[in-house]
Amino acid sequence: MKILVTVKEVAEAEDDFEIDGLDIDERYLEYDLNEWDDYAVEEAVQIAEDGDDVEVVSVTVGPERSEETIRMALAKGVDRAIRVWDDTLAGAEMLDVGAKADVLASVVEAEEPDLVFTGVQANDDAFGATGVALADTVGFEWAAVVNALDLDAEGGVAHVHRELEGGVEELTDVQLPAVLTIQTGINEPRYASLRGIRQAQRKELDVQGLDDLGLDASVVETPVRRTAMYEPESEGDATVYEGSAEETAGQLADLLRDKGVVEG
Amino acid sequence: MSDVLAVAEHRRGDLRDASFEVVTAGRELADEQGGDLHLAVVGGDVDGFAEELNREGVDVVHTVAEGEEFNHDVYVQVVEQLYAQVAPTTLLIPNTVNGLDYAPAVAERLGVPVVTDAIGVSRANGSMEVTREMYGSKVETTVEVDADEVVVTTRPAEWPQTESEGSADVQAFDADVDESAVRSTVTGFEEVGGGDVDISEADVLVSVGRGIDEEENLELVEALADTLGATLSSSRPIVDAGWLPKNRQVGQSGKVVTPKVYIAIGISGAVQHVAGMKGSDTIVAINTDPNAPIMDLADYAIVDDLFDVVPELIEEFGGESPV
Repeated sequence: MKILVTVKEVAEAEDDFEIDGLDIDERYLEYDLNEWDDYAVEEAVQIAEDGDDVEVVSVTVGPERSEETIRMALAKGVDRAIRVWDDTLAGAEMLDVGAKADVLASVVEAEEPDLVFTGVQANDDAFGATGVALADTVGFEWAAVVNALDLDAEGGVAHVHRELEGGVEELTDVQLPAVLTIQTGINEPRYASLRGIRQAQRKELDVQGLDDLGLDASVVETPVRRTAMYEPESEGDATVYEGSAEETAGQLADLLRDKGVVEG
Repeated sequence: MSDVLAVAEHRRGDLRDASFEVVTAGRELADEQGGDLHLAVVGGDVDGFAEELNREGVDVVHTVAEGEEFNHDVYVQVVEQLYAQVAPTTLLIPNTVNGLDYAPAVAERLGVPVVTDAIGVSRANGSMEVTREMYGSKVETTVEVDADEVVVTTRPAEWPQTESEGSADVQAFDADVDESAVRSTVTGFEEVGGGDVDISEADVLVSVGRGIDEEENLELVEALADTLGATLSSSRPIVDAGWLPKNRQVGQSGKVVTPKVYIAIGISGAVQHVAGMKGSDTIVAINTDPNAPIMDLADYAIVDDLFDVVPELIEEFGGESPV
């Protein structure tokens, strides 16, 4: 069987940052593997380790810089990787949910996986919608926010738990092929071993453009665009204790005494 | 054509709060557009739900008697068909776990753009403008949708719930559900994270987050909780890492807590966490980042390294710091 994992390189903003136009200034951004995707990679790799003849392929829509992140996924056990990028994608103002789903759908159609894992959301733009949109685009079944998976590959069913709000999980049977959006905590993502990192250098990382996928530039023409970015006005009216750790701890201790949390 | 269609949410026999919030958001939007607000409820005791959903500002409640519980394969078909009948400009769906399980697919089928996790929506300037957050709530953005129709999911607890009774028409909608397209089956529900400690009952919570870095450092906040006679809780990453059991998790997918004092240590305040603790009487934050979202919520804050402050605090109360 084949599992396709969508892997996104996400930007994280430093504590102090400046906004330049419609985004945080590049100087204040650090790039890393999306946290949710790390769990998705781990889930796929664990299935491959438990079963015979399971191939794990990752797909990333991103510039050359994201190869560092992709190599991390390869080092953790992904067999080969696809990176989709070209000048058209680079020039796109914003890829909305529909555009991302269309690009990824063409990869799904070429690879014909039995399962697709995506992270529940990306921690930069936090749309949380690409996995389900992708499933519907390619006609796969799906389940969003999966925090436990028991795969019956022969029976063609994924028994999943979906993590609802308030400490309740929904138990659902999903027919394959399917897209599952993976929630953090479903497993414990491994660190890439040195051996894995060395092996990752030799694994295939295939770069494809929209042409290769049979798509034209219209795929990035979306009606959704960002028109402003700003720091939210602080609603906070917190009393901030100032001074050394000893002094601030002392002030907080006084507060806790006043509140009756502790006596004395 | 300037109506708004919103979809209510229920689980295990009860309408969820998001249903009454989406009424508020939908009414505001319908007023801006000069249209009607249609509300849909799918599955379960739809007649009972319709009575409850008949709130001020709702023009029509559409009841769709299909199934007992949420099933996205049914919801996608029903909402698509109802959308075709109502012909709204905007479809509003709560940005909940279930909302995110079908809204993107409905948008895909309708060929309409989707914008998720809205904290504000407006059509005041003609085109749809959605306010959202990015980079872990550090910034807000405005997203403009240059299309006649749009699907928007609305973040829970961002709009007040509409409480007053209304005078809506209740109409039963007869959907045509293709059973062969239903390829997922909900087989049950499970409560998680029982255990012996109920953090929602605690008066004082010492809550720890990602800032603690290593599992062995938990000892430090445990010592503080012991010294204060408080209960230890945490944000999600600590539970995901297996350092504390699920019953200690505060947040959207964990417990909602309302203690007298909530001390957030090394917690940045992701929106999912905030959903579970913002009702606390007094919130204290200890964090190195003065811009962390938790600071907006805190009543008292210390901007410093928790590894410097917490040992001092333990000593203040005559306890013994493990570091």
